[in-house]
Amino acid sequence: MGKKVLLIEDEPNIIEAVSFILSRDGWEVKTHSNGHDAIMAVRERAPDLIILDVMLPGKSGFDILHEIRADEDHAETPVLMLTARGQLKDREMAERAGASRYMTKPFSNAEVLDAVRSLVPQ
Amino acid sequence: MSESTIIGTRIRERRILSGIRQSALAKEVGISPSYLNLIEHNRRRIGGKTLLKLAEVLEVEPSLLSEGAEATLLNGLKEAAGESEGDGPELSRTEELAGRFPGWAHLLVKQFRRSQELERTVETLTDRLAHDPYLSDSLHEVISTVTAIRASSSILVETKSLEPEWQNRFHRNINEESSRLAEGAEALVRYLEAAPNTQAEIKSPQDEMHAFLADHGYHFPELETESAGEAAEALLAGDNTMVSEAARKLTKEVLLRYEEDARKLPLRDVMVEINKVGLNPESLARTFDTNMARVFRRLATLPENEVGPIGLVVCDGSGSLTFRKPFPSFSVPRNAGACALWPLFQVLGQILTPIRVRLRQAGRGAEAVQALAVAEKVGRGSFTQPQLVSAHMLILPDDPESRTETVRDVGVNCRICPLPACPARREPSIMSEGF
Repeated sequence: MGKKVLLIEDEPNIIEAVSFILSRDGWEVKTHSNGHDAIMAVRERAPDLIILDVMLPGKSGFDILHEIRADEDHAETPVLMLTARGQLKDREMAERAGASRYMTKPFSNAEVLDAVRSLVPQ
Repeated sequence: MSESTIIGTRIRERRILSGIRQSALAKEVGISPSYLNLIEHNRRRIGGKTLLKLAEVLEVEPSLLSEGAEATLLNGLKEAAGESEGDGPELSRTEELAGRFPGWAHLLVKQFRRSQELERTVETLTDRLAHDPYLSDSLHEVISTVTAIRASSSILVETKSLEPEWQNRFHRNINEESSRLAEGAEALVRYLEAAPNTQAEIKSPQDEMHAFLADHGYHFPELETESAGEAAEALLAGDNTMVSEAARKLTKEVLLRYEEDARKLPLRDVMVEINKVGLNPESLARTFDTNMARVFRRLATLPENEVGPIGLVVCDGSGSLTFRKPFPSFSVPRNAGACALWPLFQVLGQILTPIRVRLRQAGRGAEAVQALAVAEKVGRGSFTQPQLVSAHMLILPDDPESRTETVRDVGVNCRICPLPACPARREPSIMSEGF
């Protein structure tokens, strides 16, 4: 049984592509597409890895990251942040908020695989 | 170093214009020719009786020799000098420059103003790019679609023996996303082409508004009639100097308030009252049963040829200047950063309590002015929104009867202010050397 990854992203076609790549790589992929109750989804799924988009409807990815880090069960779960803005400021914000890794859109599929593999040893 | 030294250049010009020899003038005034020569070459300060006598002999108003447009010019030059880097200009010879090459000096100040305007334009544009919500939304949209297309297409290319079902699905996704991308890109191009500011010259809306008011001498006979109401609209409709919508909106607010003030304080009645009591805001407020701030605003809209120069500065609670009507011997900076010692800012902490202070702007010779300031509430505060305030400062010529009162020395802004050891100083002055 593969490791569990939770993809929190609101673009259906990105969800579909990333899910496809990861499941072909042996991951069990769950998805969630709004910000409001993202933390609930994290608690429910208890994933080994979270991929989190910064720009989500309802709540910013940074706020969700704060919630994840504040939750004792998931404070250590690796989080890969996705963003459309490559500014240094955003990267710093993500790091301060406790992101394990940070990736700028548009990314290649190989980059995604590299990132998740390095974050969760198989 | 003092602005008063420029008087010498003017005395020399006047004397040569009148065809009087230096020695003859010196004799008439009762000073030695060599002393007059020093004065004329701005090597000696002059004031008081000698100045009055020289003016008398040269048949000019003493004020023409001691003040005037040069004050503005000098401050402009100092501001320009303040911005420069590297080998600094010879600040100690600013007066000499203004006196000997007024044309060049004016050109320099004009170019400095222009470069300031352009800098502001660049700032505005940069700011717009960085914070424009439409731009950032559109870009986000474009990046999202590109990401989806890139991920989907590389799945198609890189996955060996992809099931037809998946193939179809990713083809469909790419098709969907690429038409979204096309629309997004098109909208972006349209937006950038139709940028709201294609005007040749972009001034800040406040600048445009003040230029409009100054063109009319801050007085609008159209708004003085009882039938007013549409007059403000008509004035705006008849104007083609203001290009930005923001400026027209600001100006409309000012004109509507003008109308309201004029209704409460009708021109003819106010003039009758002023002829009786002088420029006395307190008495006017009592007679017309209105608040002090309104009286201040009203006084600043009276025709200058009847009441003389009256300046007005208005700021909001953050200290940003929202309105300025200039006064000859009192400079007001165009941007933020006015002197914190002005009573204008003092009254922000004491709403509805007017104060009157004799002010003298440093570096301006000995010209004192009367400053009257009061702050009033704007709108209504609530538990969720702070009570907004606005402070008004009226600037009147010095009152001969208050000449014995102490004068508060203030500046224009810190950069060009020579006041030593000032507790309100925010940044070092470029003038401190000369002190």
